[in-house]
Amino acid sequence: MLTYLLRRILYAVPIALGVSLVVFSLVHLAPGDPLSAVVPADAPAEVVEKLRHDYGFDRPLPVQFFLWARHAVVGDLGRSVATGEDVATQVLAAVDNTITLAIPAAILGFTSGIILGGIAGYRQGRWLDRVATGIATIGISVPHYWLGMVLVIVFSVELNALPAMGMGEGGSTAWAWDWAHMQHLILPMVTLAFIPMGIVTRTVRATIAETLGQDFVEALRAKGLGDARILGHVAKNVAPTVLAVLGLQLGYLLGGSILIETVFGWPGSGFLLNTAILTRDIPVLQGTILVLGMFFVALNVLVDLAQTLVDPRIRRG
Amino acid sequence: MSALPDTRDRGGPNQPLLIVTSLRKYFPIRGGLLNRQVASVQAVDDVSFSVRKGETLGIVGESGCGKSTTARLLMRLIEPDVGQVVFDGEAVGAQDGISVRDLRRSMQMVFQDSYASLNPRLPIESSISFGQRFQGIGKVEAAARSRDLLARVGLEPNRFAQRYPHELSGGQRQRVNIARALALDPRLLILDEAVSALDKSVEAQVLNLLADLKAAFDLTYIFISHDLNVVRYISDRVMVMYLGKVVEIGPVDQVYANPRHPYTSALLSAMPSMDPDHRTEQPPLTGDPPNPINPPSGCRFRTRCAFAEDVCAVAPALTALDPADEHAVSCHRETAGSGHSGAPAS
Amino acid sequence: MTATALDAPVAVPVKSPSHWANVVRRFRRDPIAVTCLVLLLLIIAAAIFAPWIAPYDPYKTSMIRRLQVIGAPHYLLGTDELGRDMLSRLIYGGRLSLFMGLGPVAIALVVGGCLGVAAGFLGGWVNTAIMRTVDVFYAFPSVLLAIAISGALGAGLLNSIVSLTIVFVPPITRVAESVTTGVRSLDFVDAARATGADTFSIIRVHVLGNVLGPVFVYASSLISVSIILSSGLSFLGLGVKPPEPEWGLMLNTLRQAIWINPIVSILPGVAIFATSICCNLVSDGLRAAMDMRR
Repeated sequence: MLTYLLRRILYAVPIALGVSLVVFSLVHLAPGDPLSAVVPADAPAEVVEKLRHDYGFDRPLPVQFFLWARHAVVGDLGRSVATGEDVATQVLAAVDNTITLAIPAAILGFTSGIILGGIAGYRQGRWLDRVATGIATIGISVPHYWLGMVLVIVFSVELNALPAMGMGEGGSTAWAWDWAHMQHLILPMVTLAFIPMGIVTRTVRATIAETLGQDFVEALRAKGLGDARILGHVAKNVAPTVLAVLGLQLGYLLGGSILIETVFGWPGSGFLLNTAILTRDIPVLQGTILVLGMFFVALNVLVDLAQTLVDPRIRRG
Repeated sequence: MSALPDTRDRGGPNQPLLIVTSLRKYFPIRGGLLNRQVASVQAVDDVSFSVRKGETLGIVGESGCGKSTTARLLMRLIEPDVGQVVFDGEAVGAQDGISVRDLRRSMQMVFQDSYASLNPRLPIESSISFGQRFQGIGKVEAAARSRDLLARVGLEPNRFAQRYPHELSGGQRQRVNIARALALDPRLLILDEAVSALDKSVEAQVLNLLADLKAAFDLTYIFISHDLNVVRYISDRVMVMYLGKVVEIGPVDQVYANPRHPYTSALLSAMPSMDPDHRTEQPPLTGDPPNPINPPSGCRFRTRCAFAEDVCAVAPALTALDPADEHAVSCHRETAGSGHSGAPAS
Repeated sequence: MTATALDAPVAVPVKSPSHWANVVRRFRRDPIAVTCLVLLLLIIAAAIFAPWIAPYDPYKTSMIRRLQVIGAPHYLLGTDELGRDMLSRLIYGGRLSLFMGLGPVAIALVVGGCLGVAAGFLGGWVNTAIMRTVDVFYAFPSVLLAIAISGALGAGLLNSIVSLTIVFVPPITRVAESVTTGVRSLDFVDAARATGADTFSIIRVHVLGNVLGPVFVYASSLISVSIILSSGLSFLGLGVKPPEPEWGLMLNTLRQAIWINPIVSILPGVAIFATSICCNLVSDGLRAAMDMRR
C-alpha cells in the first residue's frame, strides 16, 4: 500500500515536468515579441535591449526554461511584465479567489448531482428518472457563460435582487463571509455548479443502474435486506467511480472557471489568465497555467489514492 | 482418403510430426517502486514430448498446469523463452528449417470460447476465408472453399454462410471454428478445451465430427482437456501435466489402467464413479495446488505427495519405464537407482 | 453423420442484417433521438443554405436601427448592437460555429483513433510512449488547455480549430486504446494471428470494426463540448474576430446590451444551447442503440 502511494507520487513527477514543459513551450511558441506588451513601439533600441536582458528573453530557449523552472520550484515565478508585481503573489491571490468561488460551487454541484443521480438510478424508466436525466442533460448542454448572462438578466436586470459583477466591496482582497459579499457569490456559484451537476448526475445514475443489476443485489434482497440497507452496499460499489469523477470535476472547476469569472468580473485565476493573454504578459501567463496545472496533477494523485482506499480491488503494491 | 500418400509429408511415416524439446516460458511479474520484475509465473518448464503422425495426443491437468500456454507456445502466439520445436523434421524458426509463417499453414488451433473465437462483426464465411487470403488463395476460391468446409462440418452453407456468430449456438460456433482451422489445410490441429464449454450431447456430436474429419483429412490432433473421460475416448496417447511440468506420458489405456505417477493416480481416482459399490470416499489429493509463482523446488508435486522423500528435493527427469515402452514417468519412485525407497532395483 | 435439420439444403442463401443495420434500426425506434437528429440536420442545412434563407446581409450595419426588439417590423428577431439583423446573423453564424464545433472533433477522431489503436494493439514501448504523452495533456482541464493554446497561438479561426483538436485528441486516444486492448485480448484476434496474416490486415479486418463503434459514440459526445468551447473561445476574443457572425462572438459583443435589450442579447446562446442539446441527445441515442448489442 505504501509502495503504491510512493509510486503514484513518483509517477507524478515526470508528469509535472511534462506539464511545465508544455506550459513553457506554449507560451514561447506564440508569435510576437514578449516585450511588446510593455514597451511602446517607438522606444529607443538600448532601452528595449536592456529590458529584454533584464527579463532574460535574450537567452536561448532551453536556458530560459531551465532558469524559469529552477526559480519556479522555489516559488519564484518572476515579475509581471505589465504591472511589475511579483507573479507568485498575484497568482496565489487570484487562485485564492477562485477557490472561494469553486468550493461552494463544487459542493452545490456534487450534492445536487448525487441526489439527482440517485433518484434517477433508483427510479429507472419512471418519470422521476426522466426529469432528473433531463436536468442533467441540460446541465451538460448549456453553455455556462450564456447561463451566467441569463441569470444576470433575470436577477440583476429585471429583478434587481443580486449584483451583476464583482466580488463585493474591497475588491479582490477583502473577502468576508457576510451578506454584503456573499450576494456577489450566489449567481456565479449557481452558474458554475451546473456542469458538474450534469456530469455527476449521469455518472451516478449509470453506476447505480449497473450495480443494481448485478447478482449480488438480488442475493441481498433474497436475504431479506430492505432498500435502505442495500443502499449502503450500493454506495460502496458506486463510490470509486463517483470519486474519480468528483475529483476531475473539482479540477475542472478550479482550472476552467475562466469563462464564468469573465462574465461576472470575478477576480480569480481565470480572470487573471484572461488579462494576461490580452496583455501578452508572459510571466503571469506561465505562472498561472503552471500553478493551475500542478493543482490538477496533485488532485489526480489524491483522487487515485482515494480510489485505492475505497475500492479494494484496485489495491496494489 | 488416407490411402493416397500425403504430398505434404516430408519426413516419412516414421518421422514424428512434432518434436518438442525443453520448452520453457516464464511470465514476469512486475511490482515494487520502479516496476521491476520481482517474480515470475513459471507457466511451462522444461516440457518435452513428441507427436506421431496420425495420432491423437491428449494433454490433461488441472487449471493452471500450463496446458493452454503450451498450446500457444506451439502456435507461436507466445514466444518461448527456451526450447525447440521440430515439425516434420524441420526446426521451427531455424535458418534451414521451417519458418513460422509456413508453420501456420501446417498447424492450426481451435479455442475453448467459441464466441470469443469469432469476430462478431464478420459473417461466418468471411471469418473462414480470412486466413486463406493470406496464404495466396483468391477471393472467389476462398469463398468456395469456406462453403465447402461448412458443409463438411455439418452446417448447410446456404443457411449459415452469411450468418453472424451471435445467431449460432455454441456447438454450431465450434463447428465453424473447426472449419476455420481446417481452411488452411493443416496437418496438425490443436484443440484447446474445444468441447469443454458445450453441453454433453453437443459435445458428443462434435467429438464424432472430429473423429470423422481426422480420418478424412489425414490429421494429427493434440487434444487438451481437463475432462479425463473425453481424453480417454479420443486420444491414442496421453500426457499429464502438473504446474508446468510433464509428469507422465504414455498410451492412454495403459496410463489410465496403470498410472505410475502419484499425481496421475490421484487425478484418476478423483473421477466420480458411476458405480455405487465403488464410491470415492476420500479426496485422494490434499492441500491446494501450489502457486506457479513460487513452485516447490525439485519435484513440484512433493508437497502433496504421499510418497515424498528427501530425494524428491531434486527434480526428477522424465524417464521411460522400460526401453520399448512409450510410457514415461517423471518420478523418483519409478526410476531405478534414484535413491527413493520405493524405486525398482536397477 | 446422420442428417439433421441443419443439413437440409436451403434454396436461397440466408442473409442476416449486419451490426450497423441493427444499430440504425434501433436508433430509428427512439423518438427523442430521431427528433434531435432531424433538428440537427435542419440547423446544419440552414447554415449551409444561409445565403438563400437569410433575409438580410449579416454584415450590414445601421446605426439607427440598433437593438430593435423581437418582432419589430422587418426584423423578426430584432437587431444587434450595430443594427444588424439578428435572424440573418444567427443563420450565418451557424456556419462558423458548427464548423468550429465539428471540425476539431472530426480531426481528433482520426488522429486520436490512429494513436489509440496503435497503442492498444502494439503494446510495449509504443503504448508507453503514446499513453504517457497523453497523460501529460490530461494534467490540464480542457477549458484551460484550450484557452492556453489559443492564447499562445493567437486569435483566429484556424488557431481555434488547432487548439481544440489538441484538447480532444488525448481523451479519444485513451478511449481508443482501452477498447483496442480489450479487443486484442479476444481469441479471434489470436486466431487471426495464427493464420499468418500481417498486423495491418488484422487491425483492418478484425480490430477496427469492433473498435470504431465505441470510439465514434464517444467522439459524438464531445461535439457539444466542442461547440460550447469554441463559442467560448470566441466569447473571450480568442476565436474569430468581429465582424464575423459567430454565436460565441455575438454573445460577447451583446453583453453590454443586456441592460437595454436582454432578450435579443441572449439569442445566440439559445442557438448554442439548442445545437448542443440536440448533439447530446443524438449521441445518447446512438450509445443506447449500440449498447444492447452485447
